[in-house]
Amino acid sequence: MIIQYTPLSFRQRKVLFRDRNCDLDSPKGLLYKQPGITLGRCDVVAVTPWSAPIVWEETFDPVLVDAIYKPKNLTIATTVFAIGKYIRFLRDFLETAEKHFMVDFKVHYHIFTDQPQEVPSVNLAAGRKIFVHQVPKLNRWQDISASRMQMIQTIIEEQLHREADYIYCQDVDAKFHFRWGAETLDRLVGQIHPWFYDLSRDQFTYERRPESTAYIPPGEGDFYYIGAMFGGRVEEVYKLVKRCHENLEADKANGIEAAWQEESHLNWYLLYNKPSKILSPEYLWDDKRDKTNVMKVVRLSHILKNYAEVRENA
Amino acid sequence: MVRKIRIILAFGLYATNLRCSISNIQPTSHGKTWWTQREDLSRKRSWNVESPERLLYKQPSATRGGSDVMAVTPWLAPIIWEETFNPELVDAIYKPMNLTIATTVFAVGKYIRFLGEFLETAEKHFMVDFKVHYHIFTDQPQEVPAVNLAAGRKIFVHQVPKLDRWQDISASRMQMIQTIIEEQVHREADYIYCQDVDAKFHFRWGAETLDRLVGQIHPWYYDLSRDQFTYERRPESTAYIPSGVGDFYYIGAMFGGTVEDVYRLVKKCHENIEADKAKGIEAAWQEESHLNWYLLHNKPSKVLSPEYMWDDQRGKTEVMRVIRLSQILKNYGEVRENV
Repeated sequence: MIIQYTPLSFRQRKVLFRDRNCDLDSPKGLLYKQPGITLGRCDVVAVTPWSAPIVWEETFDPVLVDAIYKPKNLTIATTVFAIGKYIRFLRDFLETAEKHFMVDFKVHYHIFTDQPQEVPSVNLAAGRKIFVHQVPKLNRWQDISASRMQMIQTIIEEQLHREADYIYCQDVDAKFHFRWGAETLDRLVGQIHPWFYDLSRDQFTYERRPESTAYIPPGEGDFYYIGAMFGGRVEEVYKLVKRCHENLEADKANGIEAAWQEESHLNWYLLYNKPSKILSPEYLWDDKRDKTNVMKVVRLSHILKNYAEVRENA
Repeated sequence: MVRKIRIILAFGLYATNLRCSISNIQPTSHGKTWWTQREDLSRKRSWNVESPERLLYKQPSATRGGSDVMAVTPWLAPIIWEETFNPELVDAIYKPMNLTIATTVFAVGKYIRFLGEFLETAEKHFMVDFKVHYHIFTDQPQEVPAVNLAAGRKIFVHQVPKLDRWQDISASRMQMIQTIIEEQVHREADYIYCQDVDAKFHFRWGAETLDRLVGQIHPWYYDLSRDQFTYERRPESTAYIPSGVGDFYYIGAMFGGTVEDVYRLVKKCHENIEADKAKGIEAAWQEESHLNWYLLHNKPSKVLSPEYMWDDQRGKTEVMRVIRLSQILKNYGEVRENV
């Protein structure tokens, strides 16, 4: 299946994205613990300097959050790329997602793969669907990774703008272990990288060459966001992927590949277009790293693997 | 063409900030027209949070600097305290948006005496460097003091009747705010903050408060259990909140947000107040009870700590690093229409 690229004009886009109620309606009679304003976790910071929440265990009430968001009849799209040997991770990703990811919500899994026949059949709960999109396998893993921006842009234009309210773009080589739910829903959502959350901004592996469109000079930076997870409302993610794709192409024309490909571009974008919500490392950990004191739960983690074995070029 | 004439008139009347009155506020049916057509008629706004390149500020952390206060509600709305936000960053994000912020105050009867200080201290601390429209509702337009306003800031004076009971004056605000939004504010402002006049600003009260729907924690109730909140407890009232539920006790003296969201709040509260009146009920704390009902079931997207509305009658407590605005000491017996 060849994905046709049909850019939408801005006017069309305004009309065509799903209309949505942004209220936080809370049902009468719902019982939950009273919020306090002088008690809570002191070992973590729950809000950024621009007042976006940082989501950690015990900063939100899952019962209340579900009661607010479930009645909205939302559809959440998620994209994963399972190309070449990465197809082997897909089953665990889907099976654990069925247990923990947006449970009781309508979820559309958009799977991009060069081997549609290898997509495992997985029991899905009611209201959840899989869409398989065939894409070519490129020779370099860096190119496969970077091409995701354009493909997400295209699938939003072709299909998602009609069918989904939120979209979360994820890596396939990960497993869910714990609730990963509606507390993550917001306009534009970034994920803190599990290896960088406790480092100084000058240690972040931003692109440091001024010639690149992803350039971030020393002395700037909020968090180092991981390319393996970003999300939000479809229109916001559309703007992000479109801009990152344009910047990637501009760099390519200049003969530059940013330090960490689309992750560098994502970090540039989220520094200057701040996310409205940030996910703590609970939402994407790395099995190679031991659990640290601040991590009360691990909800999703990159699994151990041999890069030399699974990547197209090591 | 008519719109152009109105704008020119408005400019002519208000350019020099003289006190002046426009027509008595009458509830209109025009509200329906604006509300159903609001997609086209509301001011367009981008929800992007754009931050300029090369702006320098201290690095945020997700783990260092956790504090003694909760900075977020259980539905993940931020609670604004000193040191939870960076004022330079916030200003750098919001100033380029060219926003207009409306604020309403009611200075009826003897409450007009508080207006001068409210306005003068607002000029020092409230949304500094932003375009602010003060909408002053009073029965004595001639008593509105002349205050020097910074560039881009205006005063609009609306004449309203003085009712006999302070409870009625207080509760009527919902309807008047609804009307002024329908008549004017929906065209001219992006955000609206509805405040009490008997208060003074002492410290920055700024763009960190901007959000879709904003509630203010009551300074006397932030540390009490929900069953001690003075919600309306009679099931016959539309403002009824049973025991065992409740997030915060929000003060009626400050609520705000985008014009559309505040419009829905005041409209609903006004309808509920009328429904109660038809049944011969007045809620425990008038429109504050209705506000609390509304914000319990339509959760605010941002909550302001008691820093943003303190009470001079209460001594400063440990959690209060700054006081930005406070209700001043006064003799209720002296200033209220009826005690």
